Amino acid sequence: MSKPSYDTLQVGDTLPSLTLDPVNRTTLALFGGASNDHNPIHIDIDFARKAGMPDVFAHGMLSMAWLGRLLTQWVDQRQLRHFSVRFTGITHLGHRITCSGKVVEKFEAGGEQRVKLEIQTVNQYGDVKILGDAVVAL
Amino acid sequence: MIDKKHIGKVLPGFKAVAEAGQLRFFAKAIGETNPVYLDEAAARDAGHPGLPLPPTFLFSLELLNPSTAWRDEMGIRRDRILHGEQSFDYHRMAYAGEALQFDTRIADVYDKKGGALSFVIRETRVTNPRGEHVADLRSSLVHRNV
Repeated sequence: MSKPSYDTLQVGDTLPSLTLDPVNRTTLALFGGASNDHNPIHIDIDFARKAGMPDVFAHGMLSMAWLGRLLTQWVDQRQLRHFSVRFTGITHLGHRITCSGKVVEKFEAGGEQRVKLEIQTVNQYGDVKILGDAVVAL
Repeated sequence: MIDKKHIGKVLPGFKAVAEAGQLRFFAKAIGETNPVYLDEAAARDAGHPGLPLPPTFLFSLELLNPSTAWRDEMGIRRDRILHGEQSFDYHRMAYAGEALQFDTRIADVYDKKGGALSFVIRETRVTNPRGEHVADLRSSLVHRNV
């Protein structure tokens, strides 16, 4: 994949998307340990039910980490200036998440040429789970 | 409801290190395939001094804060919270083995839905062992009060 260039990128251009395997309990257990998030609501169905949820569900930060992969497969992480998300829906077991992004602005700041991206995750039914934005220097 | 008197509260600062083994475990857990995040030789070939912390890993280090008393002091219950928003502003890269300093304050507390929900906004500044500013994190926690 050729490196994105500020001059050739246009507002509206999309990033190569990233689709993950459906969320399962093993992924949640591994991510809980690897990410230091030991909240039992993501790994212990008894705890989740007591908290009023039908089952365990994915960590928001798992999806944000996948969005991080979307960004760093597009540009070198050293070019990433800002990355923020809003968790708008819960990602449940069995959801197959696709991460996508598009250029919404080209601008100069801090003596650099930068682009702002809108990024999101959606499940296989088209439900948006995370909305966010990122700024990268090109 | 979470009391607004906690706005401005400064949490005890702490240091945390991302070990290379844990970064590889994290990479595996998120399905990472880019060798820069898995293999120190590949990272060095790409010009990094070691394995880089991927973009969200500073949040995982922030979770290592040994002080959890602040949550109890504020009346935050773990079975009632959801992560609402998360943001990172990056100033420089961080690498495996660096003892990073985390300094956190409660930036805001407010209610929505007639007090049914409280929002707790936390801001954290991360500094590397050379005193250089690595990143700023901002987290919004949603707390169900009823």
